Formats: sequence, structure tokens, C-alpha cells
Amino acid sequence: MTEYSLSHLKELEAEAIHIIREVAAEFENPVMLYSIGKDSSVMVRLAEKAFYPGKVPFPLMHIDSKWKFKEMVEFRDNYARENGWNLIVHYNKSAFEAGVGPFTHGSKVHTDVMKTQALLEGLSKYKFDAAFGGARRDEEKSRAKERIFSFRDKFHQWDPKNQRPELWDIYNARVHKGESIRVFPISNWTELDVWQYIRLEKIPIVPLYFAKERPCVNVDGNLIMVDDQRMPKEMADKAEMKMVRFRTLGCYPLTGAVESEADTIEKIVEEMMTVTVSERTTRVIDFDQDGSMEQKKREGYF
Amino acid sequence: MTTPTIDINSYLNQDEKKDLLRLLTAGSVDDGKSTLIGRLLFDSKKIYEDQLSALTRDSKRVGHAGEEIDYALLLDGLKAEREQGITIDVAYRYFSTNKRKFIIADTPGHEQYTRNMVTGASTANLAIVLIDATKGVITQTRRHTFLVSLLGIRHVVLAVNKMDLVNYDQKVFDEICAEYKAFITQLDVPDVNFIPLSALKGENVVEPTTLMPWYHGKSMLEFLESVHISSDRNFDDMRFPVQYVLRPDLDFRGFSARVASGIIRKGEEIMVLPSRKTSRIKEIITYDGNLDEAFPPQSVTITLEDEIDISRGDMIVYPDNLPRIERHFEAMLVWMDEKPMDPSAQFFIKHANNTTRVRIDKIQYKTDVNSLQKSSVDHFELNEIGRVVLTTNKAIFFDPYKKNRSTGSFILIDPMTNNTVAVGMIIDKLNAEDLPSRIVDENTLEANKLRIHKGESLISEAQLQKRYNQKGTTLWITGLHGSGKNELAFTLEKELFEHGATVVLLDGSSIRSGLSNELDFSPADRAEHLRRVAHISKLLNDQGIITICSFISPDEKIRNQVIQIIGEDRFKLIHMDADLEFCKKNKPELYEKFEQGLIENLPGADLQYTTPENPTLVLKPENRAQNTRIIMEYLADSKIFPIL
Repeated sequence: MTEYSLSHLKELEAEAIHIIREVAAEFENPVMLYSIGKDSSVMVRLAEKAFYPGKVPFPLMHIDSKWKFKEMVEFRDNYARENGWNLIVHYNKSAFEAGVGPFTHGSKVHTDVMKTQALLEGLSKYKFDAAFGGARRDEEKSRAKERIFSFRDKFHQWDPKNQRPELWDIYNARVHKGESIRVFPISNWTELDVWQYIRLEKIPIVPLYFAKERPCVNVDGNLIMVDDQRMPKEMADKAEMKMVRFRTLGCYPLTGAVESEADTIEKIVEEMMTVTVSERTTRVIDFDQDGSMEQKKREGYF
Repeated sequence: MTTPTIDINSYLNQDEKKDLLRLLTAGSVDDGKSTLIGRLLFDSKKIYEDQLSALTRDSKRVGHAGEEIDYALLLDGLKAEREQGITIDVAYRYFSTNKRKFIIADTPGHEQYTRNMVTGASTANLAIVLIDATKGVITQTRRHTFLVSLLGIRHVVLAVNKMDLVNYDQKVFDEICAEYKAFITQLDVPDVNFIPLSALKGENVVEPTTLMPWYHGKSMLEFLESVHISSDRNFDDMRFPVQYVLRPDLDFRGFSARVASGIIRKGEEIMVLPSRKTSRIKEIITYDGNLDEAFPPQSVTITLEDEIDISRGDMIVYPDNLPRIERHFEAMLVWMDEKPMDPSAQFFIKHANNTTRVRIDKIQYKTDVNSLQKSSVDHFELNEIGRVVLTTNKAIFFDPYKKNRSTGSFILIDPMTNNTVAVGMIIDKLNAEDLPSRIVDENTLEANKLRIHKGESLISEAQLQKRYNQKGTTLWITGLHGSGKNELAFTLEKELFEHGATVVLLDGSSIRSGLSNELDFSPADRAEHLRRVAHISKLLNDQGIITICSFISPDEKIRNQVIQIIGEDRFKLIHMDADLEFCKKNKPELYEKFEQGLIENLPGADLQYTTPENPTLVLKPENRAQNTRIIMEYLADSKIFPIL
């Protein structure tokens, strides 16, 4: 009987495709949130697979904090154009015009206004009733208990005490008007699974993931890359060229690089298996306080 | 940084081929469950350095393990749970070895978290049931094993933990295994294994034991790496429950789904349910190229040779192997909601990509998760489990859960709150026509209203009262079995008759021997029985006739249902207030049969009798000489009989 057995990646792929199709079948107006990161790239490919040979019946939405790495934005626009995606880019216009940014307002305010609020604004503006996210349960402790279909109330809030039971592969997709569901099709994937899948499927990813000489400033032990002129001059002046890569991507002032020589996926995986620091530590925003991710999630962050 | 000794490409090529094992851990923190999981993750290098340092920080603040690292903290995610020191939800953990990838569903062990364990078990291939060697097989072990078998997990490993505390003694292990074997043979688990270990010391968890030379089996991890699971799926009965209809343009019509079971083959003749139209599989399409065959759990898209109208929720099968197609079926149900079940409510049932309305016809029994004893109930509370009969609005296509996890499982959704309130596993031991049907079917009632027009009698109520010199009234006598209800009823009937009243007596034995002869004494059937009695009494009262109804009618809910049917103004409740000891002495037969275990559902014994709140009259059996007179006086005073 062994011929009828799937590898773990094929099994995870089949599960994700099932989840994505279920959302398309059950919801009127779903959207796939696209962060341009590696997890998003995998999720987007899974959506393409789910509806092949047809087109994906929902748009991509990127919440642009206006502080993303330039290479990310470039990659995003190229990918959407080349693959025929309907891409929505949403940002918090009033806050952007008021000049909100991490250097002037600090990471907490910036994240809240340019990411969390912008996301909620975007979801409300287009009246999406389901939003796909590329979060994985193994990323962080509070995600380990997240449902695949995660219910949000009218205010987009997540109540950890009031989560629907989720059994087998039967997902409860019923919501009242104004309520919504966040859906995580790659919940059960690990970081290694994601890299392995990118390798096998030859999925294009932002070059920032690969090691290269980049101008970096050491801020409290985090290597911050100088990506544009908005970095305060006294900070940017301390920049040095370093061989670095990024394990996660976000706003450039809030995303630390790691020193690395890994310029291929194989080398990245090799590095990952020998380095014992989990990926989220390179995200500055997590350092606030214990349980901070859970707090952000309650407020509507992904 | 260490230099890897293997070539990364060959590692990745090997990793790519690994399969996936989903496992459930059942046990409590006290049994060392978190320590065991922590060790499996730790020793497979999954616990990253920074998570570990955060852990050392946390343990000092709220830890329960003294100076040592508290693995439970590593696993408990949410803040509130951390404060209470128990894992509340299902947490999923991931680790891999050179041979396999693993997903652990980690669920709390206490009875109040039965629903969480059921959730974790629903996707698991294997369950580790944890036992504390110093305690042996306890109630919790039996509960966990029952749930594991209920959810159809085929492989169980009994992990006898804390062997270090019993000096790694073989005798202790053997005794526990023997006791567990005796228990689990009652349940349906095909593969049962036993492993002695010490999670705290890491003994026999990853590396084979050195301290238990008498044990020749595998260590826990070796076992998990090697247990054969690929033949657990159903490859025999092809079921393709259409999930999504793919219509990118007018020329292409594809039907997408996960193969639920069986092998779907290109070129084979298929049948579509419910239309029963047939065609052949033209193509099996995936993004990575077309396939000749697909098997569970693959997600594929198929096209057919002929144009057939197919929508989501339809099922594609082979014509010579059909699932059951029914509206009426039985299932084991687990109540998952804080709010208790309202058995008269309607729900949505989601089953095999199909959503329709469903109602609960009957609760056959509730199973006590600790003792496995069955009992009658009229509803389920949170975490309660039992066998029920259901009716859906349209037929569903299913197989019994034991044979097919995908087409035998469903969830119930409350249409008001949209919560998932229950989950079920279908049983097909009885034919649909042999199952009891619903007591009150709201749909039928509504539909019937459209057709039934009440006839107008040409005789007025005043004319009836004048003729009979009485008001049509129900004298309903309630009380325990043996309280003297029937004796009173018969004396009263005679007394009324002799004074010229027109009276009919209804009692349990006369109705149950005919009109209600298919009903038993469970709360649901009792309610149906009394509903029938109430309607007879109402018809007779409408004709101006006095009725005497002598029924135990043990609770307010049942009595209120009766009052609603008959009408409050002409319903008079007489309570025969006898204590249980009196009743047992007066009419001992049934109580003795109950003691011998021959009958159940006896009010006053295993079923509660609730004293009525507002009876019209309360009588004592000791005063039997006066009781009839009291009633006759009441009837005269209130001008029920005689009017003049």
C-alpha cells in the first residue's frame, strides 16, 4: 500500500489547497493578505495551484506601511504583474501624510498605526469577509493554539477564550454580517517546510533573503540596513558594509539582518539547522513585553 | 558554529520524502506529559536557544518546577493559561527526525477539557496515553482511552511514565499493562503498544533504555518513527465530495475536492449523487500535471466526459459502491458548547462539504466518559457524549465513521450564534426506518398548518355545559409510582359517575398498552406519551367531558407541556404527596426490579421526581377516606361539577 502515501510536504500542500478552496466556496468576498515574505510567497503559490487551470477568484492585498524595503515593493509589483494577480495596495493615508514612522514615533506607535490600523482600514474598506494570512503555528508560542479558521468579531478582534472548535478538516465558515474569519492555510508548516517547498517548487522570493554585502548599522545588537534617506543621518553615518541576509521581512528600520554567507536556499537551510535562534527574534517589535504577540493579535494584528 | 557533516542537498532530498505522523498526547501535567513532549522537542533540537532563555526567565516568575526548567511553560501559550498553570486549549507542536515529521496535538487531561481532547484526536493517527507508574490505570486513563477509540484512532501507545520512581521495576510495568489490556479490549482499537519510560530522566524516550534491561522493545521516539500508518486510510470506497466547481470559462467545467477515500481513476465510470447520473472521469488535473489516479488526502480537480450539472456538496462515487443516502441516521455526538443543548432546536449540519438543516430526534443515551455507563437524559451539557438520532432536511451521503473518517464525521452549528456546538460520528447499525422519529417536528407542524382547517362544531360550549351540568375539565393526578394515584382515580371516577357526571379515566397502563405501546420510559419517550394523553384529554374536554388522568408526570417541564396543550383554565393538578418509603412499601414490585437492575428510568429512583410548584390540590395517601370528598367539594365550589 505504500505507493498510496504522500510525503509530508505533499500532505501539507493538499491540506492548504483544501483550506483555500473552502474559503473561496464559503465566503462572498475573500482576500489574500500578501506580506511579500517567504510564507506569503508559498501561500500565493498554493492559491495558484488550488484553482489551476482557472484564475484565483480573489485579490491579493498588501498592507504597505510605507517603510518596507525597496526591494520588497519592487518584487511585489513585478510578481503581481507577471502572474496576473489583482493586487490591492493599502496604506494608512492620513498617518502617512502626518509623517508617522519608526524613527520619529517609535516602533510601537508605527506598528499600531501603519500596520494594525491600516490592515483594519483595508479590510473594512473593501468589506472582506475572509482574509488569508501566512502565519504558522510554529512561529511563536501564542500561535500554537490558533485555529485555521480564526473568528474575528465586528471590530476585527480575536478572543482567545471564544474560539470555535475545529475538528477533522471540517471548517465552520458561518459569520454574521460585519464579522470575519482569518484563515491560515499554512498553519501546520514549519520554517523548514517553507524553505523546502520554495526549493522544490522554485518559488521566487525577495532577494533580501539571500546573503549579500549591504550597508548596516548596529542598533542595540540588531543590524539595521540603510534602505533609504529617511534613516536619521547620525545613525546612517555609522553604517558599515556587511555580508548579511534577512530571515524575516518587514519595515526596514524594524527588521534586523543576520550576518551570513548563505546565498542559496540550500545554504540557508544549512545555516538554519546549525543556528539555534528562532526566526522572530530578528523582528524588533517582539521585544516589548512577554505575551506581546498575543496582545497584538487581540487588537487585530495578524 | 559546528560544521555540518552531511551534504545539505542529500539531507534535503531525504527530508522531502519523509511522511507525516500526527499524534495526540493524553494525560495531565502531573503525569509528566509536558515533560515528555518537551523532551521529544528538545532532543530533536526544536527548542531554539532564545526560546530557552525566555523560558528560564519565565520559570523564575511563575514556574512550578523549582530550579529545573519547567517544560510545561514552554508549551503553554496563552497568558491566562500560564497564570493558572494548566494548558486549556489544543496546542500544536512540530518536530522532525531523520525519519519522519511529527505534529503533536497537545491537549489538557482533565474531564472539563474533554472537548479539547476530542478536537486533538480528530486529526491524529496515533495517541500516546500517559500513565504515572506510581498510580497505575486510573479513571482518567480510561476516559482518555475511550475518547481515543471514539474518535477512531487506530494506534495507541500506553506510556508508563515515572518508572524512575518505582525503581524501573518490571513487575509494576507488567501489572499496569495487564490491567490496561483488560480494559482496552472492550474498545475498538486495533493496535495497542506499551512503553515504560521516565520523561524527567529522559529514560527510554529517545535513546533505548539501559536501566530496564528486561524491556526489549523500542524507545518512544523509535516507536513513533517506525509505526506503520499509511494503510490506515480507507482506499476501498471511492468518495469525492465536490468542494468547488471550477468554471474559468464556458468550455471548462472542473470539480475540485480532496479525495475523501478510495482511489479515483481516469477512465472509470462514476455516479453523481444525488442525481445518480453517470459519466466517466476524463482527466484528473493538478497544477503539477495530470494524474492517472488520485488517492486520499490529495486535493485534485476532475473533469467528466459528459456535461452533468454538479454543485458543491454533491458526491462523486463508483456506481457499484454507494455510500448510505439518508435523512435519518444515528451518531455519537459530543456536545462542545458552554450553552447546554436545546433538543427542540434546529442546527446546521456540515458534512462532506454539504451544509443543511438538522434536528435531534432522540437521545438514545448518554455515555459517562469515566465509567462508560449509559444513562437516559433529555439533553447534553458541555463535554457530554452520547448516541442520538438525527434527521436532516435533505439526504446526506455518508459511511459509518468506523469505516470512513471523512464521510462519517460532521459538525453541528447553532444558526443563531454560528458557533460549532457539537461534533458527531455516524453509526449505521440500524436502518433508517427502525429509528425513532421526532416528538415534535416544527417543520411538519408548520407545513400541516397550511392544510388543516379546524372544523366548527355546531354545538356551543354553553349547550354542552347545560346538557352535562359540568365544565369539561382535566383532573391530572401526579405523584410517584405507588403513591396511590390510581386508587384515587378509580374511586373518584365511581363517585362522579354516581353523582351523574360524565367522566373518562385515562391511566398509564391503558394508554401504554395500546396508543403508546412503542414508547419506552426514557425522558423523551415519556414526554411523547404524555403529549398524546394531553391531546386526548383536550378533545374530551372540548366535548364537555371531565377527564381523570393518572400519570407520574415527574417534572415541571413535562407538566407544563401538558398544560399548554389542554389549556391552563381547565387543567387542575392534584398532587399525591407520598414519600418514597411509603411508595416502596405500598407498591414494591417496580422498585425491587430497579434494585435488581432489570429496569431503569424509574422516577424517585434513577430519575428525579420534582414536586409541582402550584398544584390545585395536595393530597396525602394516608387520608384516603377524605381525599375523594375533598375533590368533590372543590369541584362543586368551583362550579365545575355540578354547575347547578
